[in-house]
Amino acid sequence: MLLLTCPNCGVAAEETELAPGGEAHLKRVGPGSEDADFEGYLFLRKNPKGVHFERWRHANGCGKWFHAARCTVTLEVFGTYSAQTTEPPKDILLKIDDKRPGWRG
Amino acid sequence: MSTRLKSGGRLIDRSETLKFQWNDKWLRGHPGDTLASALLANDQTLVGRSFKYHRPRGIVASGVEEPNALVGLGKGAKFEPNQRATTAELFDGLIAESQNHWPSLEFDIGAVNALVPKLFPAGFYYKTFIHPRAFWKHVFEPVIRKAAGLGKAPKDRDADRYEHFYAFCDVLVVGGGVAGLNAALQAAKEGKRVLVLEQTPHWGGRSPVDGGTVDGKPVADWINDTVEALERMDNVRMRRRCMAAGIYDHGYVIGYERLTDHAPAKQGPRHRLWRIRAGHVVTATGAIERPLSFAGNDIPGVMLASAVRDYIVDYGVSPGDRVVVVTNNDDAYRTALAVREAGLVVPAIVDARPEANGALPQAARAAGIMVKTGTGIAKVQGGKRVTGVELCAQAGEGATLETLPCDAIAMSGGWSPVVHLWSHTGGKLTWDAERAFFAPDPSRAPVGHDGAPSVSVVGAAAGDLTLPAILDGAEAPEETPLRPVWMMPEGASADKRLKMWLDYQNDVKVSDVQLAAQEGYESVEHTKRYTTLGMATDQGKLSNINGLAVLSDALGQPIPQTGTTTFRPPYTPISMGAIAGEARGEIFQPLRRTPIHSRHEAAGAHWEPVGHWRRPYCFPKAGESHRDAVNREINATRSGVGLLDASTLGKILVKGPDAGQFMDMLYTNMMSSLKPGKCRYGLMCSENGFLMDDGVVVRLDDDTFLAHTTTGGADRIHAHMEEWLQTEWWDWKVYTANVTEQWAQIGVVGPKARAVLEKLGGMDVSAETLPFMTYAEGTLGGFDARVFRISFSGELSFEIAVPASQGLAFWDALAEAGAEFGITPYGTEALHVMRAEKGFIMIGDETDGTVIPQDLGLDWAISKKKDDYIGKRAQERSHMTDPERWKLVGLETLDGSVLPDGSYAVADGTNANGQGAVQGRVTSTYYSPTLGRGIAMGLVLHGPDRMDEEIAFNTVSGGTVKAKIVNAVFYDPEGEKQNV
Ligand SMILES: [Zn+2]
Repeated sequence: MLLLTCPNCGVAAEETELAPGGEAHLKRVGPGSEDADFEGYLFLRKNPKGVHFERWRHANGCGKWFHAARCTVTLEVFGTYSAQTTEPPKDILLKIDDKRPGWRG
Repeated sequence: MSTRLKSGGRLIDRSETLKFQWNDKWLRGHPGDTLASALLANDQTLVGRSFKYHRPRGIVASGVEEPNALVGLGKGAKFEPNQRATTAELFDGLIAESQNHWPSLEFDIGAVNALVPKLFPAGFYYKTFIHPRAFWKHVFEPVIRKAAGLGKAPKDRDADRYEHFYAFCDVLVVGGGVAGLNAALQAAKEGKRVLVLEQTPHWGGRSPVDGGTVDGKPVADWINDTVEALERMDNVRMRRRCMAAGIYDHGYVIGYERLTDHAPAKQGPRHRLWRIRAGHVVTATGAIERPLSFAGNDIPGVMLASAVRDYIVDYGVSPGDRVVVVTNNDDAYRTALAVREAGLVVPAIVDARPEANGALPQAARAAGIMVKTGTGIAKVQGGKRVTGVELCAQAGEGATLETLPCDAIAMSGGWSPVVHLWSHTGGKLTWDAERAFFAPDPSRAPVGHDGAPSVSVVGAAAGDLTLPAILDGAEAPEETPLRPVWMMPEGASADKRLKMWLDYQNDVKVSDVQLAAQEGYESVEHTKRYTTLGMATDQGKLSNINGLAVLSDALGQPIPQTGTTTFRPPYTPISMGAIAGEARGEIFQPLRRTPIHSRHEAAGAHWEPVGHWRRPYCFPKAGESHRDAVNREINATRSGVGLLDASTLGKILVKGPDAGQFMDMLYTNMMSSLKPGKCRYGLMCSENGFLMDDGVVVRLDDDTFLAHTTTGGADRIHAHMEEWLQTEWWDWKVYTANVTEQWAQIGVVGPKARAVLEKLGGMDVSAETLPFMTYAEGTLGGFDARVFRISFSGELSFEIAVPASQGLAFWDALAEAGAEFGITPYGTEALHVMRAEKGFIMIGDETDGTVIPQDLGLDWAISKKKDDYIGKRAQERSHMTDPERWKLVGLETLDGSVLPDGSYAVADGTNANGQGAVQGRVTSTYYSPTLGRGIAMGLVLHGPDRMDEEIAFNTVSGGTVKAKIVNAVFYDPEGEKQNV
C-alpha cells in the first residue's frame, strides 16, 4: 500500500486515503479541435514501465489534488508536488535523471 | 504407540490436567500442550483424511507447516473448520473433530478412491471437465460433491468479536527466534521504535530444542536474558501469537494476533488485525524442514524429524516406541539422539549420503545407534499407521535389502528458508545448489518509497541454518554438507513413484508431477494448477521445493531455471472475522440520516437505501400494501397537498467573482445570465459528453450560486467541481462548499400547498411576490426559511430549506398546519411516479453513462451561445450527432398494463451476433394512479418522429406487449398546474 506525502497538508498519506487520477500534465482540448487531438487528450494514456507522473487526490484527507512522480516498477516515489502546474518541477526531474539515467529516452 | 513420556516436556505443566473432546471422546492433556501433542499423547495418530483419495492422515509437523492435522474446533457459533492441530493450544473443555471423512474417521467410504488411483491423475479436473461432458455431469460431479471439501462451513453467526489495530514503528522484526531477538536488540539499542512479532506463544524459535551455547551458557539462557532486556526498553513492543501475514508496498505489513483462541474465557476480541507501517522490516522467519519422497511417506507415523524431537523435548510425548530416522543431512541426527535420550529405540538412522562422519553422526554412533549410509527407504509398511520399513540402496531401483519393524519414521530432506514475506513485495531469490534451497538475494531486496531496501532478512530465513552462523559467541556441533535427495531411491520404479506423496493434503504424488511434465507442462505455475500441487490450505509449505525439484528433473533442467511459484499473502490463513474487524452489523457502513429520519421511522416508513442514506419509499398505513400506499400518496398530493423530505438533495455553494464563468463550464446551460433570486434547471455532463447529473441552480446573489444535485450525486459532483477548479482552472477565483447536510429541505406540494404556508404565516408566498422558478428568504411560522418555487411533480410546489437543526420542528409545524388540508407525507416512489407522469428524466433511469442530453430531447437546456462547456467537444463527435441514436419518448401500452422494466423494443431481423434485433428500450415504467394506467418512458430509434406508432416490447415470460409511442409528458403538458 503506497505512502504518498500530500504537498498541500504535509500528511504522509496511506493509499486508502487517496484517490488516483491517472496521468498528469494532460492538455485540455476543447470545441473545434481535431478528432485525433481530442482522442489523445481524453483517451490515450501513457503506461510506462518506469517513471510516471500522475495525479492523486487526498480524498479522505484535505481533499486537495496533487501530483506524484513515481516508478511503476519499484514503486519508488521521486517526489510529490502541486497540482497547479503544467510540468514537473526541475528538482524532481534532476533527481529522476540521477536515479534513472536515460529515462527521458 | 505414541504416548506421554514419564518425564520431560519443557513447555507443559504436568501438575495440571486438562480435559478435551476429540470426536465425542474425552481425552486428557496438560497446559502448554498443542492439540496435536495432546492427541499424540493419547495415541491418536490418525487425525484426518486426504482431500482426493481420503487416505488416512497423521500429524507430520509441529508448527504452521502442518498439512494433515486440520480439524474443526468449537461448536455452534464458535465453530471453525480447517484449524491446524499443531498450532491450536490446548485448554480445558476444548472441542475438536476430525474432518473430510464419511461415515467415520476409522472407516471412510471415500477411501475407495485410493484403490483406483488412476481414476484421479494429474489434471483430472481439467480432463473430465472437457470430456466426456455427460460423464462429468452424471457420474463424477455427484460423487465428488459428496466426498469433496475440507471441513464444514459454520452455520451460525460468528459469536466472537474482532478488531483492527494501527501501529507504526521504525523497525518491525518478524519472528522471535534467536535471529529475530538479536536483530530487535540491535535496533532497540540504536533508539529505534521496534515491534517484534512472533507467531507462536514462545520466544526463541527452534533453538531451545536444537541446543547449542552462547558464551558458554545454554542458548535458552540467552533467549531469556534477551527477552527480558527487550521488555524493559520503552521503545520496544513485543507480541506473541501474532503472525505477520503479508508485507505490502512501502513498509505496510498486516499482522494477525490471536488473543483468546488459547483462553476462551478471556474477555475482549478474539483476533486482532494489525495494520502496521514500518520504516524497515526484518524478516527472521526461520526455515521449514522438507519431507523425503519415498513410497508410503504419507502413512500416519511418518513425520518430520524436527517435529519428532519437538514432541519429545517440548511436550514429553513420544510419537513412537521405535523410531527410524531417515535423512540426507546431519541435523536429523539430533532427533535420533533425542529419541534415545527419552529412553526409546532407534532401530537405525538411514542416511542417503555415502558417508556420514560429522560431529552429530559420530555422537549418534557413540550412543550406540546404528547408522546405515548410502541407504534409502524402499517402502513403508502399514495402513493406518506405520508397522515397519523396508530398506534399499539409495543408488538403486529399490530392491528390499532388509526390513525393520518400527512404529514411527522421522524424515529430513534438509531445510528451506521461509522466504514468503521477503517475496511478497518483490524480493528476489537465488538457488543455493550446495545447500539445496532458495534463499533471499540481499542485492535484489524489495525497495521502499525512497528506493532503498525496505526489507532485510536474518537467521535461518537468510540461509544461516546454524546457531554460530547467527550469533557471535555461539557454539554448536559443526554440520557436514547435506546431499540433495528428491526421490528415494534414486531409480525408483513407477509403482513406487505412485506412492510417493509431495502434497499430503491435496494428494499430489511424484508420479503426478512427472505426468504433467510428460504432457507438456513446463511452467511451474501451470504445473501447480494442473496438478494442484501446493494449492491446499498449507500453500505448499512442505511440498513446494520437492515438487519443483521433481519437475525440474522430469524436464531435464536445473532447478533455478524452473523457478518457484509466487508467494502471496497471507502466510497462513487468517480469519474472515479479523479482516472484517468491527465493520459488521450496524457499523458495517455508515448510515446517513436526515434531520427528520426519526419522524419517518415513527410513521412506519418503508425504507429505500439511496447511497448511504435511507429514504422513505412510502408510508404504508396498517394493512395497506406498498402499492396502495404509493397510489394514496400521489392522489392526496395531486388533489390536496403532500409533504416530502427532500433533505438528501445535494446542495453545493459555488461562490466568488468567477463563479458565473465556472458555472457556465460546469453546466450545458448558460448560468452566468441567471438573475439573483431566480432558479434554473441545469444539466451537467462529463468531459466525455455523457449526462452525469441534473438539478435546479439558484442564484443567491451576484457572487453566489446554489447548485442542487441528485441525492446520490452530491459528493461526486462536489469532487468533480473541485477537480476542475484545482487542476485546470486554478487561477479562477471560485470556491465551492458542499452544504448538503447543513440544511433540511422539505417539499410542500399540491394545489393546497400555498394555503398551508399561509396558515403557518410569515413571508409572502403569493404568486405575484414569489412566482414559479424564483427564490426568496424569510421566515415561515418563525423558522428561518429559504423558499424555492420549483416543482418535480408538476404541481404548485414550494421546496423550503431550513437550517438542519430546525428541520424536525419545521416538519412537525407543517404537518400540524396542513392537517386541516389533509397534508400527506409521501416517499420516493410517489416522487418517481409523479415525475414520470410529467416526463421529467431521472439520472440513473433515463441515463446510464451512455446517454447524452440530446438523446433525451433536452436540447433546450444546451446553450448555443457558449464557446465551451465540459462535454461540448465530446458531443461534437460523429457518434454523438448520429441521427440513429435512440431518443426519448413516452410509451403507452394498448392494454393499459405496465411495461416490464428494462424491456427492449423488438425489431425485424437479427444483429451481428445473431441475436434478435432491437429498436429501443424502456427506461422508466410505472402504474400511474392519476391516469389509471401504465405509463413509461423509453429510448427508441427515431422515436420523436414516430408518434402514435405501435411497437412491441418483450416481456419476462417470453412474449411481447404492444405500446404506442406518445409524448413523454403524460400529465398537464402545458405546465399550468405548477405555475400558479
Ligand atoms: Zn492533504
